[in-house]
Amino acid sequence: MSDEQTSLYAAREPIFPRRVSGFFRTLKWRIMILTLGIYYITPWIRWDRGPALPDQAVLVDLADRRFYFFWIEIWPHEFYFVAGLLIMAGLGLFLFTAALGRVWCGYACPQTVWTDLFLLVERWVEGDRNARLRLHKSKWDFRKWRLRLTKWSIWLVISVATGGAWIFYFADAPTLLRDLVTLQAPPVAWTSIAILTFTTFTFGGFMREQVCIYMCPWPRIQGAMMDDGTLTVAYREWRGEPRGKGLKRHAAQAEVTRAAGPQIGGRSPVVPMQFRDRSGVIRSQPVEPSAGPGDCIDCNACVNVCPMGIDIRDGQQLACITCALCIDACDEVMEKVGRPRGLIDYLALSDAPLERAGAEPQSLWRHVLRPRNVIYFALWSAIGLALIVALVLRPTLELTVSPVRNPVFVTLSDGSIRNAYDVRVRNRQGETNDVMLSLAADDGLTLDVEGADNSAVEVEADTQRLIRLYVTAAPDAPAASADRTPIEIVVEDVETGETASVATTFAGDAR
Amino acid sequence: MARKPDGKHEVETTGHSWDGIEEYNNPLPRWWLWTFYATIAWGIVYTILYPAWPLVDRATGGVLGWSQRAEVAAELEAVEASQADLRAELVSTDLTAISENEALQRYAVQAGAALFRTNCSQCHGSGAAGAVGYPNLLDDDWLWGGRMEDIAYTIRHGIRNEDDPDARYSQMPAFGDLLSREEIATLVDHVQSLPDGADPLAGPGGTLFSENCVACHGENAQGDRTLGAPNLTDAIWLYASDDQSLTTLISQGPFGVMPAWGERLGEHGVRALAAYVHQLGGGEPEPEAEE
Repeated sequence: MSDEQTSLYAAREPIFPRRVSGFFRTLKWRIMILTLGIYYITPWIRWDRGPALPDQAVLVDLADRRFYFFWIEIWPHEFYFVAGLLIMAGLGLFLFTAALGRVWCGYACPQTVWTDLFLLVERWVEGDRNARLRLHKSKWDFRKWRLRLTKWSIWLVISVATGGAWIFYFADAPTLLRDLVTLQAPPVAWTSIAILTFTTFTFGGFMREQVCIYMCPWPRIQGAMMDDGTLTVAYREWRGEPRGKGLKRHAAQAEVTRAAGPQIGGRSPVVPMQFRDRSGVIRSQPVEPSAGPGDCIDCNACVNVCPMGIDIRDGQQLACITCALCIDACDEVMEKVGRPRGLIDYLALSDAPLERAGAEPQSLWRHVLRPRNVIYFALWSAIGLALIVALVLRPTLELTVSPVRNPVFVTLSDGSIRNAYDVRVRNRQGETNDVMLSLAADDGLTLDVEGADNSAVEVEADTQRLIRLYVTAAPDAPAASADRTPIEIVVEDVETGETASVATTFAGDAR
Repeated sequence: MARKPDGKHEVETTGHSWDGIEEYNNPLPRWWLWTFYATIAWGIVYTILYPAWPLVDRATGGVLGWSQRAEVAAELEAVEASQADLRAELVSTDLTAISENEALQRYAVQAGAALFRTNCSQCHGSGAAGAVGYPNLLDDDWLWGGRMEDIAYTIRHGIRNEDDPDARYSQMPAFGDLLSREEIATLVDHVQSLPDGADPLAGPGGTLFSENCVACHGENAQGDRTLGAPNLTDAIWLYASDDQSLTTLISQGPFGVMPAWGERLGEHGVRALAAYVHQLGGGEPEPEAEE
């Protein structure tokens, strides 16, 4: 093989994960039902906000630049809420990765969830691993075509539904559905459905683990977030080795002790469990020769169930999404052969030397409640609390004032000085609001609203109204001849009496 | 040295080594290669269909004949078409009734603002605050009247231009030829005192004023809008109020010209501009209809 020219490109090796049942599989089914349920049902939840506003509970209204989330409505100038949520998502990922490794990848990532769903369909149509393997190798006869086409059709329906559900977050769902059915939906809706249908179909049906290994940046980034105290899916190779049945164990042992770097996909070297010694250097622990065979009977159950097509017994590797299905598979086998469960298990690298020496590993809580995780959690909750406080303290009546600076003032025929201000009053309520504009102190200043007889202005529901405001200083008022005079513009909600004010300046003729 | 694999699990390395860390020479997935070829094919097709390759004085046009300019022109056309109703309504609505229709008023002001920035801001300033000799359109002082009809007429026909026979016209004589230096100096002092409430006809300045100025500026010095004669008693000066400026002004006689815009902008443009200028802060209301 060494003389052979290796190809620069490799075809995907198909993977046929076997069905498995157990604690983690059940957990994953539940998470899948929950996440897909949230995704498909959310746009259809209604939330009454009054006649002027949409009644969709979760809606990203790009045209009107509004984001609705149940009782919360976000305007574009409040994007810091979204920024805060993104920071929380980032810190949350740090926290979960530092504590539990790639749980996001294994349980909640859309790629994992939809692949799981597609595999479910595949298993339902074509049968379990062995049947699928046979079908894969068989000729393209009628039966194969029938099974393949059935599978692809169901995948396609799921894909269309996935793309279809996405667009309902951006428009009123019942209206859009009616438009889709009557072929009157806007082109962007069709395009979005088409793109998401295509990506769902190919990523979930055909690319699967390729997306995680080659396209996704998270595996690389998450590798940097983990340390040896992180709980992750690993193989207790000191318990399992030498693997095999009877005499084969010696060959197996030789295989395992060969140390090398991390692997990619199914074509990679074997790495035994690694640990850091006291000076922090990563070392691989040579397997000590043991008199009897290890617990691993080399049944390959862990390999057969793996959706990534890897062997967890090779050690930590980039391609492992820690879906924990190998744990279920191995536990099942261990139970059958009468050995304790947990040959493959969630464990931390730092526990490896302890266990090897026969000591108890650190408790789960010791791993989760490490200072690093506690700090992440503290930061995460601090930002969450700050966002909640900001949300509660958010005023319902707001105004911004920008003085017109071209020109800074206008001299009127009676010698009085007039300044203009562009005032924007925001009405965040579901109904039209009458507001009164006034000055906090008058001092010879009068206030007029362009286009209105008095200072009362109507602001329509859920809008921001731009009002041109004139403040005039009588010729003998101090403000008329002072360069700058601080003033305060007050807006009052006529109905509730709520007020808001903004400080600004009045420019006079100081010549 | 590149290391060749020595077993079924081993992967070739590239031979690159940094601090003992070596780089695997894992094969690329084949679909990646096909994706790469697809992007190349896409690029070739794109450069055939769309403007792409730079030539000496232009670029290849593309088979589809697409151009950004044509797209903008089409978009502008679409916008104009969508505004056809408003345009027609603006032209047909009575000038004084425009502000009663909120949508029409909003449209007229926006259209007028755009026209103003293009055609008027050169003299009147982008904020319409005017300049020396060019009236400030924000204040409440008007030479030829500040009602919608007056403003529209001024815009349509202009002032003292030679292109439009209906242009507003008047001329203040150059008093340098008619009065002595001393008399002009007296008149300057007199005019400067008018905004403070001085009697226009009192004193030596008053005599000169009544002999030379009242024909246009009136006995009360409040001007005459039919002649575009400014009100001299208010606090607003079209030109500066210092001795030198006023002396020059009276001696030489001002002659401010404004082009006629009726031909160039059409009725729609004139009306939009009038609506815009009228709402800048100085527009005068229509007089109450007489019984």
